[in-house]
Amino acid sequence: MDTMTYDYTEPLLSPKGQRMRDLLADYISIISHRLPDDVTAKLLELQKVEVDPLQKLVYDTMMENQLLANKLKRPSCQDTGALQFFVKVGARFPLLGELNQILKDAVYRATKKAPLRHNAVQTFDEFNTRMNVGDGIPSVFTQIDGNSTNIEMYVYMAGGGCTLPGEAKVLMPGEGYEGVVRFVMDRMTSYGVNACPPLLVGVGVATSVETAAMNSKLALMRRVDSENENANAAKLEHLLEDGINNIGLGPQGFGGQKSVMGVNVVNTARHPSTIGVAVSTGCWSHRRGLIKFDEDLNYELPYNKGVEL
Amino acid sequence: MKTYHLTTPISDDDIKDIRIGDIVYLNGSLTTCRDVAHRRLVEEHRPLPVDVSNKAILHAGPIIKDKGNGEYEMVAVGPTTSMRMEKFEEEFIKQTGVKLIVGKGGMGPGTERACKKYKALHLVYPAGNAVYAALKVQKIVDAQWKDLGMPETLWSCEVKDYGPLIVSIDTNGDNLFEKNKVLFNERKEAEIKKIQKQVSFIK
Repeated sequence: MDTMTYDYTEPLLSPKGQRMRDLLADYISIISHRLPDDVTAKLLELQKVEVDPLQKLVYDTMMENQLLANKLKRPSCQDTGALQFFVKVGARFPLLGELNQILKDAVYRATKKAPLRHNAVQTFDEFNTRMNVGDGIPSVFTQIDGNSTNIEMYVYMAGGGCTLPGEAKVLMPGEGYEGVVRFVMDRMTSYGVNACPPLLVGVGVATSVETAAMNSKLALMRRVDSENENANAAKLEHLLEDGINNIGLGPQGFGGQKSVMGVNVVNTARHPSTIGVAVSTGCWSHRRGLIKFDEDLNYELPYNKGVEL
Repeated sequence: MKTYHLTTPISDDDIKDIRIGDIVYLNGSLTTCRDVAHRRLVEEHRPLPVDVSNKAILHAGPIIKDKGNGEYEMVAVGPTTSMRMEKFEEEFIKQTGVKLIVGKGGMGPGTERACKKYKALHLVYPAGNAVYAALKVQKIVDAQWKDLGMPETLWSCEVKDYGPLIVSIDTNGDNLFEKNKVLFNERKEAEIKKIQKQVSFIK
């Protein structure tokens, strides 16, 4: 069992490719110890709402932990996840052909540098690659964005605890959005309670399990306070947010005033005979980033004000 | 909510008055122990290579820095979902004589039975606070079953003032999370009814 190894050779990248890889490796390290601005602001807001000593103690520990993680530049939670990239790239972005290699190597290098935990277990052979890369890890989801020369990507550390509540199901249209509500709410009390609340809840509505699941994950990439553009979907976001908050999971599920940082819905059209629905959750330590590059690799970090790589 | 400071070795008497919702800080020996280590002991009948009797285990997979010469540094350590170990924990407590099981979220009826019968506690460290916890680790004194990789290795640590640990199952077998769950589910049903009236988008 301990003799199995995963073969990984660092790729020969172009000089520009190397630069992009190095910038991304730096950014991954930063994401591991610094929460995005929207999450930090929301946690500070939620902390003020809790009044009981146990809940206050938990929030105080969280705030102290983030201060220490930033100061010592160590991953704030040991589960630095299986890395995921959600990419939107123009067809004329100059490094398109090298992109998959750049992303995988950035994870490989960040794992040593940060350091990140080794979270890639080869399935069926059942051994840890000890490099944080494996078959299909990091996972890369790419969307072609017309003919532009730019690229933007969400970088997400999908931890085990908050991945566990993930579920997708295809409902009959007769079950309606009422069925969507039941599906999401049931998941909160069965699994959400253990997924490190206050949670960010991502709900996907579409046709099938994979389209709904992808939408629910993209919903976690949006800011915690963002709103769906569709009025009915936005209404559902607010109803679910209030509803889950009223369950009173509290920080870590110990009970308390609030349960969630927010609920985001992402929706696409559906087949008339089905309603695909999925839920994904992000824990309070929601370590996701957004980086935008132009063709010369000038970058922007919209979720991390004041951060430079 | 009372606060206790426990030092290993821990006796039955040390923990008999501690109740769910109380806070514990730990001094002494704490060994990380999770999925495969539980499976090896309970299903594969392999003896645990670390003596955890009257001591504490932590459901966790830490980030460790290998300093060479068999020396390791704890970089970040927080708990993982305890419920994954529920299947094995009753037998684990029976066989090892462990007194404190630290993890994340609640555990189930098997652990309740074992905590009552063999006098042990399940406690929750607020998850995600891995740097705060790592700084309470004074030294990593042993590493066993390293073939399992970094997260699953049994890392034996000397800790000081490790906490806050919130008691989730006590020696009466009372279960904080199960009590909360009943309340959460009642509230949930009421909320579902309220929301469902407002989402008839298919007309």
